[in-house]
This record gives sequence, C-alpha cells and structure tokens, in this order.
Amino acid sequence: MRHGKYRFLLGALTLPLALYGLLVLWPYLQAFYLAFTDWTGVTSEVNLIGIDNFTRMWSDPLFLAALRHNGLMLLAVPLAVIVVALGLAAGTRGTRVYRVVYFFPQLLSVAIIAVLWQFVYTPNSGLLNGLLTGLGLDSWRHSWLAEPDLALWCVIAVLIWSAIGFYVVLFAAAMESVPADIMEAAAIDGAGELTVFRRITLPLIWDSVQVAWIYLGILALDGFALVQIMTVGPGGPDNSTEVMGLTLYRTAFTYSKFGYASAMGVAIFFLSLTLAVLMLKFTRREKVELA
Amino acid sequence: MNPTRRGLLVGTAAAAATTALGACATSATEGDSAGKGAVSAENPLGVPADANLEVVVFKGGYGDAYAVDAGAKYKAKFPKVTVDHKGIQGVGEVLQPRFVADSPPDVVDNSGAGRLDLATLVAAGKLKDLTELLDAPSLDDPAKKVRDTLMPGVIEDGTFDGKPLVLNYSSVVWGIWYSKSLFAKHGWTFPKTWDEMLTLNDEIKKAGLHAWTWQGKYPEYLNDPLVSLAAKAGGFELVKSIDNLEAGAWKSPAMMAAAEAIYQLAVRGHIMPGSEGLSHTEAQNAWCKGQVAFIPCGSWLEGEQQAVTPAGFDMVMAPVPSLTGSDKLADGAVMATSSESFVVPAKAKNVQGGLEYLRILFSKQVARGFAENAKSLPVVAGATDGLTLTSGLGSVAQSVAGAGANVFSYKFRTWYAPLSKAVDDATGELATKRINPAQWAERVQKAADAVAADSSIAKHKR
Repeated sequence: MRHGKYRFLLGALTLPLALYGLLVLWPYLQAFYLAFTDWTGVTSEVNLIGIDNFTRMWSDPLFLAALRHNGLMLLAVPLAVIVVALGLAAGTRGTRVYRVVYFFPQLLSVAIIAVLWQFVYTPNSGLLNGLLTGLGLDSWRHSWLAEPDLALWCVIAVLIWSAIGFYVVLFAAAMESVPADIMEAAAIDGAGELTVFRRITLPLIWDSVQVAWIYLGILALDGFALVQIMTVGPGGPDNSTEVMGLTLYRTAFTYSKFGYASAMGVAIFFLSLTLAVLMLKFTRREKVELA
Repeated sequence: MNPTRRGLLVGTAAAAATTALGACATSATEGDSAGKGAVSAENPLGVPADANLEVVVFKGGYGDAYAVDAGAKYKAKFPKVTVDHKGIQGVGEVLQPRFVADSPPDVVDNSGAGRLDLATLVAAGKLKDLTELLDAPSLDDPAKKVRDTLMPGVIEDGTFDGKPLVLNYSSVVWGIWYSKSLFAKHGWTFPKTWDEMLTLNDEIKKAGLHAWTWQGKYPEYLNDPLVSLAAKAGGFELVKSIDNLEAGAWKSPAMMAAAEAIYQLAVRGHIMPGSEGLSHTEAQNAWCKGQVAFIPCGSWLEGEQQAVTPAGFDMVMAPVPSLTGSDKLADGAVMATSSESFVVPAKAKNVQGGLEYLRILFSKQVARGFAENAKSLPVVAGATDGLTLTSGLGSVAQSVAGAGANVFSYKFRTWYAPLSKAVDDATGELATKRINPAQWAERVQKAADAVAADSSIAKHKR
C-alpha cells in the first residue's frame, strides 16, 4: 500500500517539478550567473567580471532615481489602495452592482489602461484638461505627463485606479465571511459603525489585508508597463518617472548590457523578497479564532 | 506599416555599431567565389550563365516589389537560370542557421526587427567585399562606375574597417515640414536663415496659428533640427568631433548657438502649448489639421500621415535653415542616412550572381519603381528624375539634389545609446524652458564625457 502511494506521488510530481525547474529555477540561476558577467546578448563570449555590475549600480544615477521613484510608489500605492478599497468594500455591503463596476479596470489589460489614461492626460484634447475647462478651472490645466513634478503622481494615480477593483472584491468577500451574529452583538452593545469596523471587521479580515499589502508592494516595485507606454521618453520628462523595470529593460535591450541588466534584476529580486518578509513581520497580529 | 523613426534607428544602429568591431576582425575571409564565368562588356562581373540565384529580402514597410523586379531583370539576362526570390519577415531566424552552416543565399536584405547582427557577421568574415561591384560599370551608363551613381554617404554607411560590405537602398532625410497651400494662402515663404524663421514665426502667430509643434513624447524629434543647425554652422569637423566624443564638442560655439536657436522658439512662445506632452501622432495630426505651420521630421512623414492628410494640403520638407550668415556648410546642406541593408554572403554559391543582382537593383530603372511603390527615396542619384512624385517625396528628392555633396549624418545616436538618451532628455527640458542653453550644453557634455570615460562601452572613430 505504502509503496504504491509513493509511486503515485512520484509519478504525479516528476513532470511539474521538472517543468518548474526548467522554466522557473533555471532562468533564475542563469540570471544570477549573468549578473556577474559582461554579456552583451549577441555573442557567445561571456567574461566573469566579479561584482563590478553591482558596484556600478549603486553609483548609476538613473538606477538610483528609479529606486527612489519605486520607493515613493511603495509608500503611496499600497496604503491608498487598501484604504480606498476597504472603504468601498465596507460601504457597498450587500450591493453587488457596485462591486462589479469597481472590478472593471481589472478586466482591462495594463496596455489598454495605459493608452486610455494617456488620452485622459494629453494636454490639448485630453479628458482631464477638458473637464477642468468645463468646470471653469482653466488655471489648473497642465501638460500632466510632461511636467517633472506631476508626471510620477499621474502614473501613481493610474496604478491606484487600476488596482482598487480587485481589492474591493477581495475585502468584500472577506467581510462576508465575518459571522453576522458577532456584528449584531457588537451593535446591540452600542458600538457605532466605525467601532464595529475598527474593532470587529478589520481584525477578522486582517489576513486579506496582509496579503494585499504584499501584493501591492510588489506591484509598486514594478510599474514598468504603465511607465513604458504612458510617459514621455519613456521614463521622463527628464527621468522623473523612471522605474527600476524600465532601467533594466533599457540597459538590456537598448544598451546591449545584459550582464548589467541581470544584476539589476537580481537586485530587484532581493528587494521584493525583503519587502515581503518585512511586510509579513510588521503586519503580524494575533490570530482571531472563530469557533 | 510605414517605416517609423524607431524602426529606422534600429536599422541603422546595427550598421553603425559595427565599425569598431570590424576593426577587430582580422580576416574577412573572401568566399571561394565558386564559379566565375567569362567577363565581357555585357557581363562585367563574370556571372556564370547557368548558376541559379537565391535572394532573401526583408518584406516590411517598403514591400519587396523592387527586389522582385530586379530578379525578373536578372532572369531576362540569364534565361537559363532560376531566380528564387523570398520576401520574408524575421530575416535573422531564417538565415542564422544557414550562415552558421555556410550555405547562405546569394543576396540578403538584412533589415527589419528580426535582422541578423551585422557586427557579428562582419567580425566572422561572412560578408563579401563589394569593391568589385562598386568598380563595375553601372547598368545605366557603362562609362560610369556603380560607386558614382550613388548618393553621397551611402558607401560610407556600409563600410567597415575600410571595406564596403553593405549597401543600403533607401535614403532617409531630415528637415522641417510645412503645407505649401497654407503658406501660399498667407503669402509666407520658407525662411533661409534662423533669424528669418523667428521673424516669420511672429507673423504666423499674428495670423492666429501656432508656428511650431514637435513630437514631445519623443524628444529626439527636436534634436534633429538642433544638431542639423549645429552641423551647418560648424561643418563636417563639428559632426566628427561630436561623434568622436572630443572634449568640449557639445560646448563648441556652433552647438551652443544651435541650442540657443531652438531655445528661442520656446522663449518667444513659438511652440504650440502642450506640444511637450504630445505623442508623434498627436503632434503630426495637429499639424495636418493646419493648426500649426512647422513640424520637424524625417522623410517618412508623408507616408505616415497618408490616411489623415487633407486633400490639397501639399506637404513639403525643407532643409533646416542656415544658423548664421557664416555657416561652414552651404545653404541647402541636409542631414541624411540610409536603410535597407543589402549584403552578398561570402560563402554564397553564386557570389558573382549576387553582385550582378545588386548591380541591377541599384540601377535607375529599378530604383524608380521603388520610389513609386514604396513612396521613398532610393539612394540611386537622379533615380526620380522625370517622375511625377507626390509633393512630399518630390520635396525630399529636391532637397537631396540641392544639397549636392553637403550631406551629413551623426553616428553618436547609434554608437552611444546612453549619450543619445542624455541629449534627448536635455532637449526636452530645453524646449520647455526648464533649462537654458548653457545648462543644456553642460549636461550633454557631461554625459559625453561619461561615455568617453566608460571602459565598458566600445568606442568608435570616424
């Protein structure tokens, strides 16, 4: 009997593990190796150059600017998305229509979102400037994506807009699983809506919030597609919207420095990993057992 | 699909990137030219009359009708052979194994996104030296060598380590575009000098139009007039000093004056507000709608705007005006490069046939067909003479004819991508007045110095 079980497990796991190794682990290992080389991507000639790529990275103004911008996104995006999504999820309890509407952006591919918002932001015929003129706020009109002080915030706004829908649905589902009798008991004890939310609902859905925080953190470390499609340059004006993914992409495919680009990839990998661990550690709360 | 700016840049990037690498190539092994037939006046390259010919051509924005045409003419000349023509995309994918196995086709148009890296081909000695072809009598006029029928700069574009290995077919010219009918309506004429340009801009503003717009999302579009102005004022020496990363080249008086010239457009309010945030389509469409008088662009603009250009718009391109009264280059000097890279593999079975095919391809008759079908200018001098060209293409041909030998092009864009980016970023800031010309030169010079000092970037000289 036992023997048969192991044979079954072996049979079931071999193929997926082999594929995982070949298609996931192997490329990772290759990238780690390439990070220590000067590979140009077009020759078979590869020289090991030690940690040169990594030292270069910490004095590369473009990569450092990208790091700063991703850092700012890391502060802004998860917080904004979670706060708004929690509010919307709590505010629309029981009305499914809104949730479907909020989910719409999630259905669009990121490329379409970027193109749509580029049209919203475009200076002379864009929706946003048109709206401002319609409201008589002509002085508020801007070349949104072409002004260094505004461009990154415009991208962050789109990032938030496109992420909220999913988390509204996630949080709403989590809230639905909070037993009604606890809420009722709290209400009978005289707790207001806000107190119920803060003392009952939030602690009971904390697992979902924690997961959201990590996912959104990873999202904030990316932003490549939006920046690549929407912004001036891309990454501009004057590198004001540069993100690490874009620096990596340009280094590899425009500058033909695949070794250096791999080093950036490795750095981003460890940043994301560290972030996930830290988020889990600092958002840990005592588990509430519902029994 | 029309050839776009980025497509062209990628195309020329490979060509340019090779020069230094070519210097390392110790032996460009000449293929053991399999058969060479009897040489005669009719057959100066000694093509064997019974050897078949295989041609692989990139079929992209320009189509491949011109290459098919050349193949038919080859067949007419050598009736016993079969000409195998393949018009494909992804040239690299198809041909890489064949180059590795040393059984390549006889002619290749190595272009498009999936092309083979020319540097690798050159370094590995996979390409036939085209000197024999260039010194052969041309098809149109046996008294003239093939090399004398091409526009200036074309042979240089395809020369690696002193050896001509590549011949580009399509010419790309940069200038400033305007609508002839709009100008006729207002009685404006295209300015000869930059001072006249600024004066005319004020007049255009008074007429209720915007004088200039540009493709702000891609600041390189405004770099073209800037570096063109600099080249005109500073001459070929300036162009070379920029490309050779000479110290202080970006702060030279000619370059500074050119930056000031572009800066003046912004300072005097000659640029349509919001241009800095427009994509190339948005800016070009605003211009096509007649809201703006001038837009800087390469010679592909007419094709790119075909679908949205109103009838009677009559767009024309003019070379950038002179910067000063004492420019080193003549009035009509123009910035131009070439694309669509034709090569003959050294190990081809019918090398002489490949050369002969190119001799036919680079004849006036085939080139005329290219101009008519692809709406672009072939590199064969005078190929469009007597043709009824569209207004845009006609003006491009006229600019080239008017420039004579005063054709220049910069290599730094393709040699040093990081410098190219620094110039783009700086020019974007200059055009929005966020920096002034002195700061512009400071920044760009710093970037050029950084590239010069970076040992991980291969250096080139011209």
